[in-house]
Amino acid sequence: MPEIRTETMTVNMGPQHPSTHGVLRLVLELDGETVRSASPTIGFLHTGIEKTAEQKKWVQVIPLVERMDYLSAQSNSMAYCLSVEKLLGVELPQRVQDIRVLIAELQRINSHLVWLGTHGMEVGAVSVMLYCFRERELLLNINEMLAGFRLFPSYMRVGGLREDLPRGFHEAVRSFADRLTGKLVEYEDLLTKNEIYLKRTQHVGIISAADAVAFGLVGPIARAAGVDYDVRKAFPYLGYDTYDFAVQTQTRGDVYSRYLTRVGEMKESLKIVRQALDRIAPHGIYAVDDPRITPPPKDKVYTEMEALIQHFLIYSQGFSVPAGEAYVPVEGPRGEQGFTVISDGTNRPWRVKSRSPSLLACQALERMIVGNQIADVIAVIGSIDVVMGDVDR
Amino acid sequence: MGIESTEIPVLTTTLEKAVQWARRSSVWPVTFGLACCAIEMMAMSCSRYDIARFGAEVFRGSPRQSDLMIVAGRLSRKMAPALRRIYDQMPEPKWVISMGACASVGGVFDNYAIVQGVDQVVPVDVYVPGCPPRPESLIYGIVQLQRKIDQSKMA
Amino acid sequence: MESTALVALLQDVDPEAGLEVVASSDIHPTVYVSRERVVPFLRQLRDRPELRFALLAELTAVDIWPHEPRFEVICILVSIEHRLRLRVKVRLHGDDARMPTLTGVWPGANWLEREIWDMFGVVFDGHPDPRRILMPEDWDGYPLRKDYPVQIQMKPKTTEAMQMTEAEFRANLLNDRLTRS
Repeated sequence: MPEIRTETMTVNMGPQHPSTHGVLRLVLELDGETVRSASPTIGFLHTGIEKTAEQKKWVQVIPLVERMDYLSAQSNSMAYCLSVEKLLGVELPQRVQDIRVLIAELQRINSHLVWLGTHGMEVGAVSVMLYCFRERELLLNINEMLAGFRLFPSYMRVGGLREDLPRGFHEAVRSFADRLTGKLVEYEDLLTKNEIYLKRTQHVGIISAADAVAFGLVGPIARAAGVDYDVRKAFPYLGYDTYDFAVQTQTRGDVYSRYLTRVGEMKESLKIVRQALDRIAPHGIYAVDDPRITPPPKDKVYTEMEALIQHFLIYSQGFSVPAGEAYVPVEGPRGEQGFTVISDGTNRPWRVKSRSPSLLACQALERMIVGNQIADVIAVIGSIDVVMGDVDR
Repeated sequence: MGIESTEIPVLTTTLEKAVQWARRSSVWPVTFGLACCAIEMMAMSCSRYDIARFGAEVFRGSPRQSDLMIVAGRLSRKMAPALRRIYDQMPEPKWVISMGACASVGGVFDNYAIVQGVDQVVPVDVYVPGCPPRPESLIYGIVQLQRKIDQSKMA
Repeated sequence: MESTALVALLQDVDPEAGLEVVASSDIHPTVYVSRERVVPFLRQLRDRPELRFALLAELTAVDIWPHEPRFEVICILVSIEHRLRLRVKVRLHGDDARMPTLTGVWPGANWLEREIWDMFGVVFDGHPDPRRILMPEDWDGYPLRKDYPVQIQMKPKTTEAMQMTEAEFRANLLNDRLTRS
């Protein structure tokens, strides 16, 4: 029998594709159903945020950075504010630190819920998406309570928060935490031992711990491969060392391990949320008492001359930040996150650069999908949880 | 008179009205999520807002099967050719909703990378303001589009 | 480890690296390294058992135009094993903006270097894939340079819809049938 001649086939996936979490383009070389090589092309959402940020005042950058990684908006603005505060040499009050921890953990749950929903839908479990978005709406309600905005509250400010916590905040967060505790069990019932889900995700998209570190993938992906590194534990900020929580690690580094890691992280986040909630008084100080950066309370603006001038200065020309460079690492939902903020001593930043975990995850994609089947590509892209706004910025 | 003698109830209308009704009641959007607005678009199609009430819940992956493109998010110059290609692949009749400030006018991103308004690339029927718009706003935009379809004349 | 102890260790790593320690306002001790010695220096940092900076957390650049040397390439390194962080910087002149690639030390530097090339026009010698990454391939200029404008007036490029005559369509159809048989 003559030998059958075979050749590889090149398939273009994207940039518009239902399952690539945004506008990612993949050129795949296929041998039958097996992926031989993959080259991701990015930049389809390049927004020039870093360039625009250089034209804005320090406070005006906060809404811009929230639109970078739009699933972890408040983590972004928190990382940015921490970097600027480092340059200013501001020491945050304890209550502000606790509120920031609380909000960052809620944001992590929010991001992981979107991830779980979309990832579940992509591997065929559509009901998970409807369930996750149902609980996520409660979180968005909390955001609306904070600042009247669902996705990007811009609640963080340099030197603290925009305003004090609203009435009923504690009850809303507590009832959400109680509800999600039960609902997480429901999600796990749908997926953790689901035979179809296991078949789609186990031993798929494997990356080793050494590769994960070499590619800079610290975060849930590396922890799923066994790298015990979490910025909250390794380089504590905002008093994370006083909270009781465990770093979630798995060993196999496949899609299923990432799922387990993230679900575990949601549970740990709920623990932190409860602890933080107990520490926060319903009313109290919400920003540093520093006339350079914090606007005075409204009643003083109406009655005192100095307060009026201070208010006017902060809102017209902004505040100046001492020259220097700062990078404060925080643990975002997708891994280590932070902003390299460079100031030349004026009221506008000289450079704002975000460390984007998604960019590095995208880069390592080829490592994870070569040798797998083409149907697994979607499962793997879903599992690394890339947000294209964060990749391209 | 033959109509009334049968036992099946029959409605009579003009062909135009019937076509308008059919088109408006099953607008199938193409999944074209670009940025942040896509998350609100997903929220719109999920449990709480449930766009299925307005017959527009069938998000198609292929432009060949869809008649509405919701441009959800900022359009970069690199993406513009791909957007135009997808629009060209959609069969007539087709409509476009520009969702959010970035898609409509460039939004806060007034810089080198972003197309200042998606109407430079494709014709837009409905603009939905917001950054990002709430799902209710987008639903209102779709309802406005349905009213527009209702008034369209058959050629 | 205290930052002074870490800096003392670094002096020991490569005496010829032109090490210059500067004050830092955050938790990262900051050192400047000469361009010629940066790759062997960073490889030492990665491999030395008392350092083990296995993770390249951030690689970016800044343009301090109109001052010269104009570009600074910034690396932030993390030692997961010893819980250390370090910032290493390299100065580059505007008329000679090139440095050796770090992809041999950390494979993850690949796209980060492409981004710096795309945004600042800094060349990385020996880079395996020196193409633009964020901007279109035919883009002119380096957007994050300070002398590049923020807004530009330009019509967005789009492609024309594919137009096909009926004869071409039939020919294609026929062609398709022939090859399938």
